[in-house]
Amino acid sequence: MLIFERSKANRTNKAQQPRQTGSLADIPANFLRKQRPLLPEVSEMQTVRHYTRLSQKNFSIDTHFYPLGSCTMKYNPRGCNTLAMLPGFVQRHPTSPANMSQGFLACMHDLQDILKDVTGMKAVSLAPMAGAQGEFAGVAMIRAYHDARGDSARTEILVPDAAHGTNPATATMCNFKVREIPTNKEGDVDIEALKAAVGPHTAGIMLTNPSTLGVFERKIKDIAGIIHDAGGLLYYDGANLNAILGKVKPGDMGFDVIHMNLHKTFSTPHGGGGPGAGPVGVSARLEPFLPVPLVIQRDNEFQVLTEKSRPQTIGPMSAFLGNAGILMRAYIYARLLGREGMERVAEYATLNANYMMVKLRRAGFDLAFPNRRATHEFIVTLKKQARELDVNAMDFAKRLLDYGFHAPTTYFPLLVPECLLIEPTETEAMETLDGFIEAMARIKHEAETDADLVKGAPYTQPVRRLDDVKAAKELDLTWSAA
Amino acid sequence: MPFIPHTEEDVKQMLDAIGVNTIDDLFDEIPVNLRARGLEVVPTGLSEMEVGRIMHERAMQDQRHLCFAGAGAYEHHIPAAVWEITTRGEFYSAYTPYQAEASQGTLQLLYEYQTMMASLTGMDVSNASLYDGASALAEAVLMAVRANRRAKSKRILMPRTVHPQYRKVVETIVKGQGISLELLDYDRKGGHINPDSLPSEPGDFVALVIPQPNFFGVLEEVDTLTDWAHQHNALVIAVVNPTALAVLTPPGQWGEIGADIACGDGQPLGIPLASGGPYFGFMCCRQEYVRQMPGRIIGRTTDLDGKSGFALTLQAREQHIRRSKATSNICTNQGLLVTAATIFMALVGPDGLERVASMSHANTRLLAEKLTALEGVQQVFDRPCFHETAFRFDYPVDEIMSLTTARGVLPGVTLADEYPELENCLLMCATETKTEQDIASFTELLQQVIARLQTTPRPVEPNMA
Repeated sequence: MLIFERSKANRTNKAQQPRQTGSLADIPANFLRKQRPLLPEVSEMQTVRHYTRLSQKNFSIDTHFYPLGSCTMKYNPRGCNTLAMLPGFVQRHPTSPANMSQGFLACMHDLQDILKDVTGMKAVSLAPMAGAQGEFAGVAMIRAYHDARGDSARTEILVPDAAHGTNPATATMCNFKVREIPTNKEGDVDIEALKAAVGPHTAGIMLTNPSTLGVFERKIKDIAGIIHDAGGLLYYDGANLNAILGKVKPGDMGFDVIHMNLHKTFSTPHGGGGPGAGPVGVSARLEPFLPVPLVIQRDNEFQVLTEKSRPQTIGPMSAFLGNAGILMRAYIYARLLGREGMERVAEYATLNANYMMVKLRRAGFDLAFPNRRATHEFIVTLKKQARELDVNAMDFAKRLLDYGFHAPTTYFPLLVPECLLIEPTETEAMETLDGFIEAMARIKHEAETDADLVKGAPYTQPVRRLDDVKAAKELDLTWSAA
Repeated sequence: MPFIPHTEEDVKQMLDAIGVNTIDDLFDEIPVNLRARGLEVVPTGLSEMEVGRIMHERAMQDQRHLCFAGAGAYEHHIPAAVWEITTRGEFYSAYTPYQAEASQGTLQLLYEYQTMMASLTGMDVSNASLYDGASALAEAVLMAVRANRRAKSKRILMPRTVHPQYRKVVETIVKGQGISLELLDYDRKGGHINPDSLPSEPGDFVALVIPQPNFFGVLEEVDTLTDWAHQHNALVIAVVNPTALAVLTPPGQWGEIGADIACGDGQPLGIPLASGGPYFGFMCCRQEYVRQMPGRIIGRTTDLDGKSGFALTLQAREQHIRRSKATSNICTNQGLLVTAATIFMALVGPDGLERVASMSHANTRLLAEKLTALEGVQQVFDRPCFHETAFRFDYPVDEIMSLTTARGVLPGVTLADEYPELENCLLMCATETKTEQDIASFTELLQQVIARLQTTPRPVEPNMA
């Protein structure tokens, strides 16, 4: 039932309204609305009950294991939320001058320093509001750098075929042509193909390391050499930073610019699709182009720098200082973890992934890269099951829901057929991993003995499989009274 | 170890299963020279109690009494239930609803949200959010370029009455694509776009952006502007405040046929000021442009048993399917804020939102009445405003700012940085959260500040104008 179907005309919720109506007599009638908007007329309790019940139709980290590859669904500490929502922080107006903002700016300044350390970069901007905006900022800086040198022939961005969809989409938004670089059978970038692709038209390359295939790009130093020798720059997609947090710094691998997904690596909530935060870090040569605002400390005071003092900036990315509240949560998380805690993130995320990989292989599953070490994630391919039993990766994913596990990432990366990309994260206990492995083994057995059972899943959710074709063909995007 | 559940025994068992001796062995594919020098700046970890101490101290530092600043971020009452429900783990810690069967809660909520926003803006359809108002406008500009097949240029008419920071963000995001923003000046007396000032031979434009109310709080002649744009084959992009939409004509009804795209910032709908984010951007449009829309869209459909359910739809527009040919690179959006806004709109209802709007407007008028009674304070523009307005002071506003903020009162936002012609002007608003007493004590504070500035001799500067 929709909230609108609980609505009744003239039911009001007086506790949540101003007690009076203000006069609009000074506004000429032609500016005024003639018909009320369609908002529900429900009581406070009806609202609370409706949305509480809706929430119970969701999987979430707080209720379920979520081994969603490339998404780093780890525990979101409650303390980060509570402390970020202290009245002094949530009441602060974004235009407040520095003399009313020292507490907030101190946190932002500290966070910039922490992220510089973690990435091994010279400078950091907190401005981008999500990973894709961080990517945009990064590629826009690469463009600005070449433009500032008068090097306008660099029209192409290289992207491995295993990359996230946001990479090529971002390069297009920055008006670059995208050239895909193939991956070899061990999951590394095909170096010969890369050499053949680079040239005076190369603006840069966008790489994720560890890659979306769940393996570490071993030839990264060679790749950096090839790109730099050709005059291009290296962009690091930080989606998989959790795998190397505190262990390897992207700056040491030769990257010139990196974005981080704080909603992954720094445990800020995914919120059913956002918000994120996508700070960018850069090497010295890209520093002038960083998006504004930036927070600095001068004469014992924290201050905000805008484009006025940063003439070469690519500009601001949001109306104010990005997703400030998410940055606060990430900062609090970083302080809770500290130096030792951060190094353990990579260690235990990697331990969990390798444990699951080995156990699943023993349970009879095929790995996409059986000769490689897992990083924080790895890929199982169900090609064999799809061919022999007509049970595919989507069927496994849906059946897992019945066993109380969120599905791993399916059908990504695109170049591994029938794949499940599995990322357990460091916050899951061994018992949980064992439970998941057990469920996978049972589903495999079901697929072998009663394929239709798996193909009809899920059975235990609020709905069964939905008709996506109908959703797109017979568009129903808003409710209206019948 | 913070947030890591493993015991020593677990680790041993897991390493044995893998067949290695130490966790470090698992990093053996990473070249040794890359394995780090370790973190140098990150401080030692603290307990929640210790971090709590630091954060409480810092939050106290920023505590203030009263806020009369708006400029794109408005202080409204937020019912307690909004964030109580929004921070339930099932919303807070859920992922993007790609697995529809396990995400019906979020998906249904988003469908309800789309319905509410489409109705508020008077448009056919809504997406499930963008990052914020500024980036939503940038996406609207890119969308207009895709959608307007009649325009041959990539020129956008951008009034100076659009939030200056929004204009800068649009510039950041669209400049790489050969799109040019042509500024349209405003009427100095009215603070609005004077329809008579529109170019008589405009040439070929993709779209005209129309803010309502505009950055100064002034109401634009939206009907005339919309019709003008359509007569010249340009699309209309409305930038609107959702609170204002409770009482002002929605973009879908501007002029003869209405605006084509409506966008803005959803912050006034239950989102705290919180230093500027996270907020959320909304975007609505005509049905015919839905396939050009960026971001996620939720549709209602049926399941195998014919039961009604919700799913992400039209995903072929998006980066994870279409890659370099996607309508936008956006992936993560602002789902949690949309959750809050949906619960907020349900709690206040049409009556409540209308009251929030009208009381905010009435309070701002009361503020104007009180302030203009002070010596040397005038309203800058003479046209009708909605819930925000600009004042000119016969005194240096920098000093007014520092004297009032020292008392914990944020009086407004200075305008001269972005509008040199508006020297010593402050943009102010008094939302429904302000009482008559708040407005009276603020007026008194300003009176004291003015008295002090009147008695302090200022250096006489030559007037070069």
